Amino acid sequence: MPIAQKVFALLVCVGVFAVTVAMVRRRQLREEYSVLWLATSAVMFVLVLRYDWLVALTGLIGAALPTTTLFLGAIIFLMLIVMQFSIKLSELADRVKNLAQENALLRAELHGKVAGTDPYPGAEDASA
Amino acid sequence: MRADTLVIIPAFNEATRIAAVIAGVRAVVPAADIVVIDDGSGDDTAAVARHAGAMVIRHPFNLGYGVTIQTGYKYALAKGCRFLVQIDGDGQHDPAGIPALLAPVSAGDADFVIGSRFLNGNSYRPPLLRRFGMLLFRSIVALVIRQPVTDCTSGFQAFNREVIGFFARDLFPCDYPDADVLISLHLAGFRIREVPVRMSAGAAGKSMHSGIKPVYYVFKMLLSIAVTLLRSHRLYRRRSSCR
Repeated sequence: MPIAQKVFALLVCVGVFAVTVAMVRRRQLREEYSVLWLATSAVMFVLVLRYDWLVALTGLIGAALPTTTLFLGAIIFLMLIVMQFSIKLSELADRVKNLAQENALLRAELHGKVAGTDPYPGAEDASA
Repeated sequence: MRADTLVIIPAFNEATRIAAVIAGVRAVVPAADIVVIDDGSGDDTAAVARHAGAMVIRHPFNLGYGVTIQTGYKYALAKGCRFLVQIDGDGQHDPAGIPALLAPVSAGDADFVIGSRFLNGNSYRPPLLRRFGMLLFRSIVALVIRQPVTDCTSGFQAFNREVIGFFARDLFPCDYPDADVLISLHLAGFRIREVPVRMSAGAAGKSMHSGIKPVYYVFKMLLSIAVTLLRSHRLYRRRSSCR
């Protein structure tokens, strides 16, 4: 790997790592979302520094060039991040749904109390 | 005094029709409580429904049909009612069919009763493409639950407290609760029955099966059926607290 390419790759890895840590420190990013970023930049840093490991890995996965392996790693990392976001979005959508339903039920209860009608008449004997 | 039966009416922008639906339901089952679940309508649905004498639960924003009916189930569960009837707010379902829906549930002969437009000769017939989709899903449902169901997409239903508790859980498919619901009911061991009801054509452009949605619907429903069957059947076990 040419020295300029190596220096650039190392700077990118250090930059990503530092920005991620700074964002977690400033509470702009939660720890749970920083794990993949930190792990990927650390792995990339090691592979750039230990070029022989990158070459060995390239041979192992059958890629033509070590740079292809790095790009492949980046794509896999992005896919993992997107999958993590999809999981989190599904979880949050469920929570928003439940909260909105609870909000609607509580508002109906409040409206019933203000209007002087019990929205849950007989609920006590049902739960008994 | 608490009514044993709760009628839930999911509604979205139905200000022009909701009063007639409420009046129709009240004429048929005067002793039942009526709740309109307004799915964040932009019109006066909630005010009209209140004025017509129904209780109104209003979503803070539009959440979709499945979430709307599930809000009704959660209310019914908290309220402690024994039987629930579900009827659409667009006037598509004839309230005269409610006693026929309720009869098997209140007699204890079935846990879940679905109103079928295809068992009643006077109902409207959906467009050909939609009928083809319905045929596909009713075939899958019949194969899985080993029982013929002619109208998987009918929202005109009645069921008992145990099913209400089952539907109030997070497993309920809120996107399009149709054929997959019948399969999950079967996996939970509920007794399903179908009775003839009269239905008219829904309001133009209001169906959740209009536009390009049918393509998504078919894909989503096939996926939902597949994952329902692939999930551990223990997830669908009934909980004693709902009984």
